[in-house]
Amino acid sequence: MIKHPLCKYTAFVALILIIPFVLKGSYLINVMVFVGINTMLAIALNLLLGYAGQISLGHAAFFGLGAYLSGVLTATHGMNPWLVMVAAAVGVGLLAFVIGFPILRLKGHYLAMATLGFGIIVYIVFNETVDITGGPSGLSGIPNLKLGPVAFDSDLKNYYLVWIVTLLVVLLAVNLADSRIGRSLRAIHDSEVAARVMGVNARLLKVQIFALSAVISSLAGSLYAHTMAFVAPASFGFNFSVELLTMVVIGGLGSIYGSFLGALLLTLLPEFLRFLHDYDIVFYGLLLMVMIMFMPGGLVRGIPALLRRMMTGRKKGETVDA
Amino acid sequence: MGHRLLSYLLAAVFMLSGASAFAAPTIKIGALFSVTGPAAFLGEPERNTAVMVVDQINKAGGIKGKKIELIVYDTNGDATKAKQLVNKLIKNDKVSAIIGPSTTGESMAIINDVEKAGVPLISCAAGIKITEPVKKWVFKTAQNDSLAVARIYEYLQKNRLNKVAILTVSDGFGQSGREQLKAQAKKYGISVVSDDTYGPKDTDMSPQLTKIRGSKAQALICWGTNPGPAVVAKNARQLGLKMPVFMSHGVSSKKFIQLAGDAAEGLKLPSGKVIVADLLPASDPQKKSLMAFVNDYKKHYRAEGDHFGGHAWDAVMLLKGAIERGGDTPAAIRDQLEKTRQFHGIGGTFTFTSQDHAGLGKDAFVLVEVKNKDWVIVK
Amino acid sequence: MEQILQYSLSGIATGAIYALIGIGFSIIYNATGIINFAQGEFVMLGGILTFFFLDILQFPLWGAIILAVTGATLCGLLFERLAIRPLAKATPINLVIVTIGGSILIRGLAMLIWGKDTHSVPSFSGDNPIAIGSATLLPQHLWIMGITLAVICLNKYFFYHTINGKAMRACAYNPRAAGLVGIDVKRMVLLSFVISSAMGSLAGIIIAPLTMTAYDVGVMLGLKGFCAAIIGGMSTGMSVVVGGLLLGVLESLGAGLISSGYKDAIAFIILLLILFIRPQGLFGKAETERV
Repeated sequence: MIKHPLCKYTAFVALILIIPFVLKGSYLINVMVFVGINTMLAIALNLLLGYAGQISLGHAAFFGLGAYLSGVLTATHGMNPWLVMVAAAVGVGLLAFVIGFPILRLKGHYLAMATLGFGIIVYIVFNETVDITGGPSGLSGIPNLKLGPVAFDSDLKNYYLVWIVTLLVVLLAVNLADSRIGRSLRAIHDSEVAARVMGVNARLLKVQIFALSAVISSLAGSLYAHTMAFVAPASFGFNFSVELLTMVVIGGLGSIYGSFLGALLLTLLPEFLRFLHDYDIVFYGLLLMVMIMFMPGGLVRGIPALLRRMMTGRKKGETVDA
Repeated sequence: MGHRLLSYLLAAVFMLSGASAFAAPTIKIGALFSVTGPAAFLGEPERNTAVMVVDQINKAGGIKGKKIELIVYDTNGDATKAKQLVNKLIKNDKVSAIIGPSTTGESMAIINDVEKAGVPLISCAAGIKITEPVKKWVFKTAQNDSLAVARIYEYLQKNRLNKVAILTVSDGFGQSGREQLKAQAKKYGISVVSDDTYGPKDTDMSPQLTKIRGSKAQALICWGTNPGPAVVAKNARQLGLKMPVFMSHGVSSKKFIQLAGDAAEGLKLPSGKVIVADLLPASDPQKKSLMAFVNDYKKHYRAEGDHFGGHAWDAVMLLKGAIERGGDTPAAIRDQLEKTRQFHGIGGTFTFTSQDHAGLGKDAFVLVEVKNKDWVIVK
Repeated sequence: MEQILQYSLSGIATGAIYALIGIGFSIIYNATGIINFAQGEFVMLGGILTFFFLDILQFPLWGAIILAVTGATLCGLLFERLAIRPLAKATPINLVIVTIGGSILIRGLAMLIWGKDTHSVPSFSGDNPIAIGSATLLPQHLWIMGITLAVICLNKYFFYHTINGKAMRACAYNPRAAGLVGIDVKRMVLLSFVISSAMGSLAGIIIAPLTMTAYDVGVMLGLKGFCAAIIGGMSTGMSVVVGGLLLGVLESLGAGLISSGYKDAIAFIILLLILFIRPQGLFGKAETERV
C-alpha cells in the first residue's frame, strides 16, 4: 500500500486525470462532476465530524447558500461569477463563524438538533422568498462559468473545473489533518476537557473548523449552481444533509480519501441500481446497513482489509489499521 | 407483487447478459418520470401510460414499419438526477426525442441540455416558464395553470363572489397556482383578502382555516395535490366553514373523493375532461381519445386513468403524429411537432405554432362538483 | 382574539402526537445512546397496517388497531435483533447510519407492498365536530389527547413501579454498572425497541383518520417527534410531553398569527433560542463532564 502522503495524493490526481479517458463520451462524466461536488461536501463535513467530533445535520444549508448566492447574483443581477463565488464563500464562512459560537457550545443530541434546525430554517427561507430565489420551482438561467475565452459549458470542461477545485480541497484537508491543528482537533474529539487543559483553545478551534467547513460547502454550492445552471430548494433539504452524513461514515470517519470513496459510492450507486426499478430503494437501505455491519471503519479501511484477507487467505482475528 | 418482482429480475438478467438480439431498426424515445419520490403521483401514471401506449403502437406494427423503443428512467423528482439522466438519454442511448420530466423544476433544469444537443423534449409539467418564452426544442402537454385559475374566476365573477382566500401548498405546483391566482384576480374584479400556504406533508391546516374563517373572504381556493387538500376539506368541515370551497385540478381523481370522504361533498374544481369523459356529449371532439384512454388504462392497470397519465398519452401521440408526417430524426420530429394542428388529445385540443409550444386553449378545463361521491359538470 | 383558543387546541392535538413519537425516541436514546432515525417509520407502519387490516383484510376497527400495533412492534423487535444487536460494539454514529439505512429499507418495503398512494382510515367515532367555547374539535382529537394521556400514565407506572422499568432506568444511567448488578442490558435494549415501536405505531394509528396515511408520512412526523424529545431533554416523562405540546402550539400560533409559510421556521427559531440560552435543554440540569 502507498504510505507516504505525497505519493498517495499524486496517485489520486493521476486517477482523476485518467477517468475522462476511460469514460470517454459517456454520460458518466456528468455523474463524475457531481461526485466531485459531493466529495468536497463530504470532506467539509468530515473535517467537522471525523476530526473535531462535532455532528452537523444541516450541512446542506451551507451548500445551498453558496448555490443560491451564486445563482441569484449572477442570473438575476448579472454580477461576475468568480467574484460572487469568492464573496459567497467569505459570506457563508462569516455566517458560520457567527452562529458557530452558540451552536458549538451544544453537545451530542442538542448539537444535532440545533444544526438540523438551522438547516430547516434556511431551507424554508429558500422556499418562501419566492421573489428572490424563485421559490419551490427553482431558479433557472444561471450562466456557465467562463475563464477568458474558455466557457465551461460541456461535461468534460466542467469535470476538469470541478475536479481541480476538489483536488485543491483534498490537498488542503490532507495537510490540515496532518498539521498541529489536525492533532488539536483529534484531541478535542477524544476529550475536549483534556484538550483544553493541554492549552488548546477548543472553543475557537471548533468554530474555525465549522467556518472552514462552511466555506468549502459554499464553494461546492457555487460550482453546483454554475454546472447545473439551475437550482431548486429540494436539493438542499434535510434529506441531503443526511445523505452527506452517510457518505462520510460509509467512506470512513476521519479519512479524506474515505470521503471521496463515500461520495463516489453513494453518487454512482443509484446509476448501477437503476435496473432494479422501484426496488432500488430497498436495496439501497439494505446496503447501507450491511456495509456498516461488515465495514464499521468505512470503505477506506474495509476495502484494504478485504483485499488483504483475500490475498493472504486468512480469516478473522486480524486488527484493521486505521 | 411477486409477479412484478419476477419480471423485473428477469429483465435485469436479460440486460446483464447483454442481449442486443433486436437488430431491426427502432425509433428510440427517452422518458424521464418521477416514478418514485414526492412527485410519484405524477410520474407513476405517466410512466404506466407511456408504456401502455407504446406497447399498443408496436402491436399495431409501429410507426411506418419501425417499432418504438421506450427507455424510461426514474428521476426521483430530483433536478440533479434529471440532469444526469437527460445526459444519459442523449449521449448513451442516443434517443430521437424525450418525454417528461414530470415536474416544472426538473423540466427547467434540463432545458439547456436538450437545446444544446438538439433533441425535442415534450415536458409533462404545467409551469408556464417551460414554454414561455418559446424554446426551439421544448414543448409541453400539461395545461397551463393559468387556464385552471381562469375557470374558477369566471365562475366566481358570474356568481358575484369577489373576495377570495387562497391556501396553497408550498411546492412547485402550489407556487405556480398562487402566482396565477394573484396575477389574474384583478382582471376578474376579484381581490385576494387572505393568502396562506401549507407544507406538502403538514397534518393539520386548521390554524390557516381559522384565520380564513375570521377574514372577509366569500370563497376559499385551495391549490395542492393529495393528500393536503383532503386534510383541508376535513378541517374546513370541522371548523364549520360556510363559504364555498374550490380545489385545483391537482386533485381531480376519484382518489381525492375517497380520501376526503363526506367532506368532499359540494367542493368544486377545474379539471381536465378525463374524469368526466362519459358525461361529455358525443359531439365533443376529444370524446374519442378520452374514452380510448380511460378504457385502456382500466384494462391494463385496473385503476382509473387520470389527467396526469393523459399528459404522457398526449406526448406519445404527438410524437407519433410528428414521426408519421416526417422522419424520425430529432430535427424532423421537432419541425413536424411545431406543425401539429387540431390534435384532439386528453389534455385538450393541441395546436402548436412557432410562437406557441403549449398549444392549448381555455376549453381544456371544465368545472366539476362533487355530488354523491361522484363528479358532475357545473354549467 | 377568540381564534387563539382554536389555535391552541389544534396545536395541543398535534403536539400530543409529537410527544408520543418523542417519548419513543427518548426511550431508545436512553437505552442505547443512539438517535433512532427509523422511529418515524414505526409511526407510518401503525397507520398503514391499520389501513391494511381494516380495508384489505376486512377486520373490525379495534381488531385492526391491535393487529397494527402488534405488527409494528414485531418490526421493531426484528429491527433490533437483525440490525442493532449484531453491532453491539459499534460506535453511536455507525448505529445512527444503520437506523438511517433501516428507515430507508422499511419505507421502501412499505412502498412496494402498499403502493405510493395515500390511503384513508375512518375516524374512531364519527366526524361530527364538538364545540368547545368558540373553538371546534373532532372526536378524533379527543381520542388523541386521551390516548396520549393514558400512555404517559402507563409509561410513568412502568418506569417507576415495575422491576423491568426500574432496570431500564438503571441502564440509562450507567449500562456497565447495571450489568454488574445483574441486569441483562441486551434484553433492556430489546425492550426499549419494543416499547418505542409500539408507542410510535399507536401515534400513527390515532392520527391516521385526520391526516390519512402513506408510505412516506413517517419522515416528517419522526423529525417533529425528535424535536419534541430534544426540547424535553430526552427524558421519558412529562418534559417530553411539554416539549411536544410546545412545538405543536408554536406551529399553530405561528401559522395563524404570523405566517403560515414560515411556521416551521418560527418554531425552530424559538427552539434554537431556547438552546442558546440554556445549552443543557429546557429541563436539563447543567452537568459537569467527567474526564
